[in-house]
Amino acid sequence: MLLIKNGRVMDPASNTDAALDVLLDGEKIKQVAPAGKIAAEGAEIFDAKGLVVAPGFIDLHAHLREPGQESSETIETGTKAAARGGFTAVCCMPNTKPVNDNASVTRFILDRAKAMASVRVWPIGAASLESKGEAISEIAGMKEAGIVAVSDDGKPIATAKLARQVMDYCRSLDLPVIEHAEDVSLAAGAVMREGVSSTRLGLRGMPAAAEAVCVARDVQLAELAGARLHIAHLSAKASLEQVRSAKSRGLRVTCEVTPHHFTLIDEDVTYDSRFKMNPPLAAREDRAALLEGLADGTVDAIATDHAPHEPALKEVEFDRAPFGILGFETALALALEQLVHSGKMSLRRMVELFTTGPARVLGIERQIAAGLPADLTIFSTDRGWTYSVDESPSKSRNSPFDGRKFKGGPAGAIVAGKVVYRAAD
Amino acid sequence: MSYRFRDLLALEPLTADELRFLLDQSKPFQEIQKHPLKKLATLRGKTVALAFFENSTRTRISFNTAASRLGADTMNLQAEASSIKKGETLLDTAFNLNAMKPDCLVMRHSASGAADYVARYLDIPVVNAGDGTHEHPSQGLLDALTIRDRLGTIENLNVTILGDILHSRVARSNIHLLGKFGSKFTLCGPSIWVPRELEKIAPGVPIRCVYKMEEALEGAHVIIMLRVQTERLDDPPLSANDYILLYQLHAQRLKLANRDAIVLHPGPINRGIEITPDVADGPQSCVLEQVTNGVAVRMAILYLVIAGATESGTHPALEAKPKESANATD
Repeated sequence: MLLIKNGRVMDPASNTDAALDVLLDGEKIKQVAPAGKIAAEGAEIFDAKGLVVAPGFIDLHAHLREPGQESSETIETGTKAAARGGFTAVCCMPNTKPVNDNASVTRFILDRAKAMASVRVWPIGAASLESKGEAISEIAGMKEAGIVAVSDDGKPIATAKLARQVMDYCRSLDLPVIEHAEDVSLAAGAVMREGVSSTRLGLRGMPAAAEAVCVARDVQLAELAGARLHIAHLSAKASLEQVRSAKSRGLRVTCEVTPHHFTLIDEDVTYDSRFKMNPPLAAREDRAALLEGLADGTVDAIATDHAPHEPALKEVEFDRAPFGILGFETALALALEQLVHSGKMSLRRMVELFTTGPARVLGIERQIAAGLPADLTIFSTDRGWTYSVDESPSKSRNSPFDGRKFKGGPAGAIVAGKVVYRAAD
Repeated sequence: MSYRFRDLLALEPLTADELRFLLDQSKPFQEIQKHPLKKLATLRGKTVALAFFENSTRTRISFNTAASRLGADTMNLQAEASSIKKGETLLDTAFNLNAMKPDCLVMRHSASGAADYVARYLDIPVVNAGDGTHEHPSQGLLDALTIRDRLGTIENLNVTILGDILHSRVARSNIHLLGKFGSKFTLCGPSIWVPRELEKIAPGVPIRCVYKMEEALEGAHVIIMLRVQTERLDDPPLSANDYILLYQLHAQRLKLANRDAIVLHPGPINRGIEITPDVADGPQSCVLEQVTNGVAVRMAILYLVIAGATESGTHPALEAKPKESANATD
């Protein structure tokens, strides 16, 4: 048994924000009661004095690179980094080698996770075979094996016709379709967002419309198919407005935003490939719109798009570097910095974006209550610390936030009753 | 006043004083180009590595000539013969060249920021000889030198740049240099090559984008033509005949500019596409002076980054006539 004492329990689902102790027994929560009221003889104690105790954080969007690209990350190293970031469950994208487009690959990932992972691994299956956009993958088989959604992430589902078919099919299977929204012809060859910065740097840019026209297509198709559509790493104001309008029409459309998109903008880009990701860092007005959408509920979740690339791949000319940056270990601290300390939203709203928000996208519950899984994230809102990427358990080092000073961050992660990460004081 | 330059990667971060200094330092080297014996010993014993990861004829020969006229040796890496085709990274290639102990690396690369990236890792000076669609600092300097020689000033000019501005590193270097001396820019060409974002790339510099050549030429003191890259006529699709119809500089159109306007072109010229032969070879054209000045500017650059800045007035090229300097030491 594990007793989490003296913490401030913040549980959006039950509308709780109070000084409560939480007793865990095995993989489940046994009891939640006012501070000091639980007498658990012999229980191990986690003193959460001065800390917030929240439901376990879920990351809807990560790349664990296994199988196939183990020199950049593995399920073991990636989930260790996730635990250090306070995440208790990670959805891993299917663009591995081979692509997770059938039940065997899904089972391989889940077997590896069972053996090696620090946190829960929830695979996302490919929407099309090899994510090539030609034929629908074995979605029902993968669902039986354990996928939680489908996506051709890294690119959009190639054609409107196939996207419609996938959405139709996934509606019958009750799975969300996660779209990497990008018109690939508009984005061809681009390495950053089109604008004054790309023009000044002489780097090829993609317009915001590259994302927005694909979101428009997918919202129309989701309406046609009656499907659950989730827009991944949404970065543009124009895309957000379409999600807002879809929601107001009652469509089952959700979206996520990454910490780097609500923190950085295209003006921050230098020739350092740690500023290269897809979608690229957006314009100042896009970031402002994202902050608004995160606060007002248009955005459902914060997702990291953790995209490790080993140094040999990333340490090249900006044009040649692959897209993507690390995300797990800085997500919460950036959210505190950009969203809470800045006064943009309440702490409770931020917790929703990491917990009940992503849970709703997946169609699951996330709550601190007796009988439910003992997955908890414990964090500080005021501890000063500096992120040093060299201390990361990740195999990669591609973070633009290396050396950034933070106020508040992960203090512990508990998965199925086990402490998988606990920060040194 | 003198300045030190660790590298020369771009003109954008340089101040007007630094740019003026670079131009002034080029002057004595211009004189040397007129002398029957052109070789100095200023950089004798020094080695300049020339790494051209992208095809280039005149810039490579110009830097090579500049180095040899300063008495330096050169090592040449050209894309075709290099190991980049074998999968070596740019940084590894740069480290290997550096291990042969050159005193300076001059590099041309098709990726914007490539020189900036390499310079972060090397302990020797890096000179950018053109990076992607970003900057071409030595071209910007030689253009300014040519303008100053012809018009007597680089201050407060009306500069018109014509062509594919979006993909032009020359245009960016021109804007970042001349813009610091009060020049006003008119950029003109097909709208896909002249996006409005260009008006804001150099805060404080008046830049306007126009799409009618007649409007662009009115009142111009300097007309900078850019090479129309025929390979880019396909992406995005654009007809060469349309380009000629709308944007070719010919004698009639040139009359719309200031009477004493000069015409520059970084070369190589597509005769009959962006410019007609009578204009390219006419009295207002400066194209060959640009080439001559290119050697002088590059001598100054190599001298400054390798030997370090000296007080003005004690410039070795000033005090030593080429003949004597053959015996001078550095």
